Amino acid sequence: MVIVEIPIGPQHPALHEPIMLKVRTEGEEVVEVSVNTGYNHRGIEKLLEKNSWVRGMYISGRVCGICNAVHMQTYVQGVEKLMGVEPPPRANYIRTLVMELERIHSHMLVAAVMAEIIGFDTLFMLLMRDRERVMYLKELVTGNRVHADIHMLGGVKRDLDEVRRDRILSELKIVEERIKYYMKVFEEDYTIMKRLSEVGVIRKSEALRLSIVGPTLRASGIKSDVRSDDPYAAYSEIPFNVVSRDEGDSWARMMVRFGEALESVSIARYTVEKLPQGPAIPKTIPRATKPGEVISRVEAPRGELLYHIVSVGGANPYRVKIRTPSFLNILNTEKVYIGHRLADVPVIFASYDPCISCTERVMVIDEKSGKKTYVSMRDLARVRVG
Amino acid sequence: MKAIRYSPWVMHFNAGACNGCDIEVLAALTPFFDPERLGVKLAPNPRHADIIIVTGALNKKAAERLRRLYDQTPSPKFVIACGACAISGGVFSGSYPLFSRADSVVPVDVYVPGCPPRPEAVIYGIKKLLDRVGEHGGD
Repeated sequence: MVIVEIPIGPQHPALHEPIMLKVRTEGEEVVEVSVNTGYNHRGIEKLLEKNSWVRGMYISGRVCGICNAVHMQTYVQGVEKLMGVEPPPRANYIRTLVMELERIHSHMLVAAVMAEIIGFDTLFMLLMRDRERVMYLKELVTGNRVHADIHMLGGVKRDLDEVRRDRILSELKIVEERIKYYMKVFEEDYTIMKRLSEVGVIRKSEALRLSIVGPTLRASGIKSDVRSDDPYAAYSEIPFNVVSRDEGDSWARMMVRFGEALESVSIARYTVEKLPQGPAIPKTIPRATKPGEVISRVEAPRGELLYHIVSVGGANPYRVKIRTPSFLNILNTEKVYIGHRLADVPVIFASYDPCISCTERVMVIDEKSGKKTYVSMRDLARVRVG
Repeated sequence: MKAIRYSPWVMHFNAGACNGCDIEVLAALTPFFDPERLGVKLAPNPRHADIIIVTGALNKKAAERLRRLYDQTPSPKFVIACGACAISGGVFSGSYPLFSRADSVVPVDVYVPGCPPRPEAVIYGIKKLLDRVGEHGGD
């Protein structure tokens, strides 16, 4: 049979971000998928080198709009280690609260996107409606809906007062109920089960070999979570469970995310209830670091996020290397699509919770000698004046 | 022109954004903010679209795609530049892979500032555009 190549993206109704999947099919069956990126490259690592430590905080937050507080946390905790600054416990709790709210809305967003991809538009609309409650909570805590920007070297920028604490607790109750309801929908709905279960299975050994991270790894039966393995912020003081499942298919990945969202609600509630007294906002902001290097790890909604920060002293970083979870999850799993039908490709792709904004920046650095770079560089060079 | 005024279909193109604007545009198209009361609907395809919402700092690879999408959209067509990055480059301005601003590649009708703009602001931008189309009959 003739093999047909079908490009999916960079502008495609099933994908909300610019990435290109080149799918080669034989009839309906997928025989090869190659991922082509570069549509979202912004040169962030170079920008971080050019800007001061404090400005770098905002640039690192703008790596990704969905997991911005997590990126800021990774950068800030690394820089704090270099500067020898310790954030007060109250600041750590507020940071944790913001990061967990972000995890809830990120997991709800991917569930909504998945519902839209399988054609369940009502569920998409309902999930997006209830996600607004989490966005409201985030705005209540940080003052911003999307870019939290609450971190500051040595603390946070805004404190929590009693009135807002009560409001958060009452809203969290509603959010928890709604997440439980949607979890039930994903568990029991016949159409969702048909579309998701046994689709895109990653076995345990395969997941380890491909260095998959985050909920995608935990859905393959491996309990690995930076929050419990290498606690940061206030996670060492907060009780929580690491959710995992053994099936390894797209459905298991969604269920792990729902389980995690429920855990996040309880973590957020704990941080609000047990918020330590004391200052949270730093009085002075340190400007320079001693020479040295540091590796900083955080569990982003999509998996382990790693920053390697090198300083030679002075006001700017010498080098910041970012390794994001989506990079591993998207590029290492090209083989998983093979043997599935064409209609399953967006489902499998969405089940990794892809975040292209994170992936892009790493691409060019890692692929300097590869064939793919040649293609994207040629595209880059062909500047068109409009 | 009349059809566009009563039911504009919006296509969203991410030209190298951080996702912040994209999730806000997505949020703006859902029931909590309900733009369907203005007839606004998300179009899956440039050939169905009346309005293109551009988000993000336009990098060189995406600039070429944006121009191609704009050419594929049937006239009359309008462009909304959404967010600080699409307007001026935002925090990324001066970075090496950036082409330029959105309005150097396609003609932009409405600028919605913010990092990211709130969903209300996105809807307000669309409303402003529709009002202008009603007054002048468009470009």
